[in-house]
Amino acid sequence: MTRVGWLRVAVIVALIGALELACRSGLINHQTVIPPSEMAGALWALLASGSLNADIERTLGMIALVIALSILLGFIAGIALHALPRVRQALEPFFATYYAVPIFIFYPVLIAIFGLSVMPIVLIGVATAVVAMIIATLNGLDRVPGVLGKVARVHRLGPIRTAVTLQLPAAAPYLFTGVKLSVSYGFIAVIAAEFILSPAGLGRDIADAYADFNNRRMYALILFLLIVATVVNAALHALDMSFAERRRGGRP
Amino acid sequence: MTATRRLTDTFVLVLITLAVWQVLHRIAGSTALPAPLPTMSYLMRNVTTARFASNAATTALSFFFALLLAYGIGLGFGIWMGAHRLSGAVGEPILVAFYSLPKIVLYPVVLLIFGLGISGKVAFGALHGFLPVALLTMGAIRAIPPVYLRSARTLRLTPWQTITTVLLPAALPEVFTGLRIGFSVTLLGVLLGEMFASKAGLGAMIMTDMSLAQSEDMVTVAILLFVFAALANAVLLWIEHRLHRRV
Repeated sequence: MTRVGWLRVAVIVALIGALELACRSGLINHQTVIPPSEMAGALWALLASGSLNADIERTLGMIALVIALSILLGFIAGIALHALPRVRQALEPFFATYYAVPIFIFYPVLIAIFGLSVMPIVLIGVATAVVAMIIATLNGLDRVPGVLGKVARVHRLGPIRTAVTLQLPAAAPYLFTGVKLSVSYGFIAVIAAEFILSPAGLGRDIADAYADFNNRRMYALILFLLIVATVVNAALHALDMSFAERRRGGRP
Repeated sequence: MTATRRLTDTFVLVLITLAVWQVLHRIAGSTALPAPLPTMSYLMRNVTTARFASNAATTALSFFFALLLAYGIGLGFGIWMGAHRLSGAVGEPILVAFYSLPKIVLYPVVLLIFGLGISGKVAFGALHGFLPVALLTMGAIRAIPPVYLRSARTLRLTPWQTITTVLLPAALPEVFTGLRIGFSVTLLGVLLGEMFASKAGLGAMIMTDMSLAQSEDMVTVAILLFVFAALANAVLLWIEHRLHRRV
């Protein structure tokens, strides 16, 4: 690891250590924040007991569903809009403001329409994540070099082979950006929806633990979600880096 | 020609949105989702009520303080991490990682520290908003061409003159992008805070309306917030474009 990398680890360790010290010495009230070591211990006990499994399955499954739907629908919508420039032009201002408005305030409206079930959570998740994928797909298709069309004609490729062997690889980096954003938005929206109002799930568990003043459980759950989100984001980042590496150095 | 065409396209888009809304209303029924036309007439009545005014005032106040904090902390971090290369290299990935986390899970912690009142919402809004401001400010300062600084030294400008006449004007357009994104993210943070365990504010009002099945109230508040955020973004975007063109 580089010197900067080590320094970064040192900073994070120092921050956690400082929190631990502040909690242990009584500088931070035990009713407010529990020491990080206790959080980890509580999480370990919670995971070992297996009582969390159903909610973990439910929440991560829902996130996976939202992400898969967003990527698929966003990709298809992106291709369709790219083929329909006039519709795209009409929608352009909508896309430009989409992430500047709090879409999430429509979550209660969705609950009023569909009832307190899985449906509003999936819908608000897809609504939050899908537009990033649409924008990324449009971006990617815009950036496919025109010369590739000529290459396809020279080699007499059909439209499907052109798409798979030439256009898709050319647009891939932009598509991957969309995937990365969809994952992160999907995660945030599902957890937020569960936290604010939902029949079950990890977000709901945190809200319940907070309402019950059950700090050990609450901090264990928070730690769990933060670890999962960090690992997923880090994995995507690493994948992104290796793609970039291959693009730069992969040519013979 | 293109202008009228664009206007027609937008008009068609609005019509389609209203049609979808009407269909959803037919499916869901009046108690869940009021039809577009009654909602519009209800909007006029709702915004003049004392209940709406007091909740809107609470949200506005929370948002104002949250924005102040987000901008202050964000600019502070951004300038520090932009000017000091090592701090930036060490800190940037940490901030980026934090940016993509579901910060809502930290809201109970914020509430335990700051309490259920307005300060909890303000802290939570600022927690959301300072990140884009810090990251974009840092990027803006790093991207200043070194030749600017060299010419400032050649002209023997004082540090203060360097900041006000060279660094600030050079970094301003990018910094403003950060402020614009920080604006909408802070608003989202404050509203999320109000939707959970809060008694006052527009976010809380929406949740109460939902549990009381007063969908007209709920839909009008959601639409108003939506329109406010979109208009504010349009104005900030307009200023941003002007700043970019000036440089």
